[in-house]
Amino acid sequence: MKIEDKKRVLREMVLHRRFEERCYQAYIERKIGGFLHLYPGQEACCNGVMEAARPGHDYVITGYRDHVHAIKCGADPKEVMAELYGKETGSSKGRGGSMHIFDAGKRFMGGYALVGGPFPLAAGIAKAIQLKGGDEIAICFLGDAANNQGVFHETMNMAALWKLPVLFVCENNLYGIGTSIERSTAVVHQHKRVAAYNIPADECDGQDIEVVYEHARRAVDHVRSGNGPFFLELMTYRYRGHSMSDSRGYRSREEEELWKQRDPIFILRDRLIAAGELTMEAYAALEKETDAYIENEVIRFSEESPEPRVEDLEKYVLADRDTQLPWLTGKAA
Amino acid sequence: MANIMYWEAIQRAHDEEMARDPLVICMGEDIGVAGGTYKATKGLYEKYGPLRVMDTPISEGGFTGLAVGASFLGVRPIVEIMSVNFAWLAMDQMFNSAAKVRYMSGGQLTAPCVFRSAGGAAHQLGAQHSARMEKVFMGIAGLRVVTPSNPKQAYGLLKSAIRSDDPVFINEHELMYNMKGEVPDSEYFHPLEGSDIARAGTDVTLFGYNISVHWCLKAAEILDKQYGISAEVVDLYSLSPLDRAGIKASVAKTHRAVIAEEDEAPVGVGSEVIAIINEECFFELDAAPVRVHSALVPQPYNHTLEKAAIPDHEDVVKAVLKLFGKA
Repeated sequence: MKIEDKKRVLREMVLHRRFEERCYQAYIERKIGGFLHLYPGQEACCNGVMEAARPGHDYVITGYRDHVHAIKCGADPKEVMAELYGKETGSSKGRGGSMHIFDAGKRFMGGYALVGGPFPLAAGIAKAIQLKGGDEIAICFLGDAANNQGVFHETMNMAALWKLPVLFVCENNLYGIGTSIERSTAVVHQHKRVAAYNIPADECDGQDIEVVYEHARRAVDHVRSGNGPFFLELMTYRYRGHSMSDSRGYRSREEEELWKQRDPIFILRDRLIAAGELTMEAYAALEKETDAYIENEVIRFSEESPEPRVEDLEKYVLADRDTQLPWLTGKAA
Repeated sequence: MANIMYWEAIQRAHDEEMARDPLVICMGEDIGVAGGTYKATKGLYEKYGPLRVMDTPISEGGFTGLAVGASFLGVRPIVEIMSVNFAWLAMDQMFNSAAKVRYMSGGQLTAPCVFRSAGGAAHQLGAQHSARMEKVFMGIAGLRVVTPSNPKQAYGLLKSAIRSDDPVFINEHELMYNMKGEVPDSEYFHPLEGSDIARAGTDVTLFGYNISVHWCLKAAEILDKQYGISAEVVDLYSLSPLDRAGIKASVAKTHRAVIAEEDEAPVGVGSEVIAIINEECFFELDAAPVRVHSALVPQPYNHTLEKAAIPDHEDVVKAVLKLFGKA
C-alpha cells in the first residue's frame, strides 16, 4: 500500500471504529432500536479487501454487521446513522434498520439478516455481471458461521461450475453468535472447505491491513481476470458481543485482551509512527476530529431528520402502481 | 387463435420474452438439455444457449437465491421449481430476499423474478410430491401470486409476470400441462390483478382457481341441466392480491358463494375469500358461504385414499345443493 493510502485508510478506520462506538452509546440511550451488531476489531478485513477492490464500482453484499461495509463502499455515514435512528433520511428510509443498510448507487447491495442468505445473492449478482459483460466483481463478506448453512455449499458449487466473478470473503471471528467455532464446526480453517468445489482459496491474518490488502489483491485479480470465484479467509475477532444482549460469557477476558493487543487500527497507527509519517499527537487529534464530525454532523443529522410518515407505511412493498399498469391491467401499449 | 397446450403456451411466452430482451433468462432442474420435465422450456436451450437457459444443480434454495441476486441488476430470471413441494427449500430466498428487498431497502432494490412451479396432486405421487401450497405464498407482502387455469392465462400471465418489476410466483398444476385451449396469435398480456367470470350465472357464485375452475365449470353445467340452478363461475387467477371488487360484485348478484380449492381448508384461499365476503358484502348473503377443499392429511399414495382426499366437481355440486336445501 502507498503511504498516502495508509494514512487515508487509518482515518477511515478511526471513523469506522468511532462510528460503531457511538452507535453503542446511542443504543444505550434508546435512540436506536432492534438489534445492533458492531464491527470493532474487524476493521482491517473490510478495509483491506476494499482497498484492493474498487468501492462504488464492484458490488458488495454482506450480513447484518453491515454499517462499515456500507460506509466503505461510499455510503454517507450520516445516512447510515439516520437509518439506525429509523429516520426518513436513512439509507433505507428508516424501513430497514441496522441489519438492512443499502446504497444501490454506491453498489452496496445490502445487509441481510438470515445467516448465509447473501451467498446465492452474491452469486446472482456475479451472474448478472457475467451476462452483461462488465469488469465489475461481486464481493460477499460473511462470517465463519454462515458456512454451516446449506446455501454455502450450494452456492460454492454453482459459482465454481459457472465460473462466476465473485469473491467470498470469510471474516472468521471465531464465534457464531455465542458458540465458538471449535464447538460448532468440524473444520476451523474455513478456506479448506471450498477445496471440495475446486475454488482457489487463501487464508491470512485479518488484523494487519497490509497483509489483508496483499492477499486481497491477488484474490481480486484472480476474480476480475475471469478465472471464476475465490475464497479469502481472514482470521479476526469482534471485540463486542454478537449483538447488544450478549455479555460474552462464552469466552474469557484474557482471550479478548490477547486479541486487543493486535488491534487493526493500532497496528497501522504504530507502523506509520515508526516510519515517521505520524505522531501520537496527530493521531489523538484525528480521534478528536472524528468524534467532533460524528457528533456535529452525523448525530445531529440523525437527531434532526424527520420520521417516516405513517401514511407511507405501505410504500415500497410493491413497485409504484403507475409504472406497472400495463401488466396489472393487461392493457399493454 | 391457436389451439395449443398449456405447456406450449408457457414455452411460447418464454421464447417471445427471451427473443425480445437478452436479460430474460431461465433456470431450473432439467430445463435445458432435457427440455423441461413438463416441456415448458422445450427448444430454448438450443436457441439461447447455456448462459441464458441454465440447467441447475438440485439446489432449490441456492439457485432461487442466485436468480434473486441477478434480478437486483436488472436481469429477469424465470425460475422453474420442478414441483411446488421443493419450493419449501427455496422459500427463504423467495420470502426473505425477493419479497422484502424493495421494502427494506427503501425502494432502492427490486427483485423482478418469476418463480414458476407445478403444484397439485397428480397421480399417486405420495405425500412429498403432491402438495398444494398457494396458501403459503399468498400471505407474503411484496410477492404477487397468480395461477393460470387455461393456456391463454398460462401464456399471458407469464408474459406480464416477466415484465412486472415485482417478484411473481406462478402456481401451475401437474395435471394441466397437456390441457388444450385457445391462445391469441398476437402478443397478449394477461392482467396480474383481478378475476375472470368464466361463466355467468345468477343463483350462486362458484369461486375457483387453477384446476378447481374446471370442477366449478363442470359443476355449473350439471347444476344448470339437472337442477335448474344458474351458477356463476369466477376464476381467481390472482391469489395475491385477491380481487375484492370482483368477489363483491359477483356475490352481490348471486347472494350465495361456494369456494372450491384443491388445498386443505385451514388458512387457505377459501377462508380468505369468505373473510372478504364478510368484510365487503355480508348483508348480501342469503346463506352462509361454503368451502370445498381437500382432507387435512399428507397426501396418501393409495389410489382410493388419494381420490377420497381430493375434491372434484361432484363435491362442488353437492355443496351447492346443500346450500339450496336440496341435499
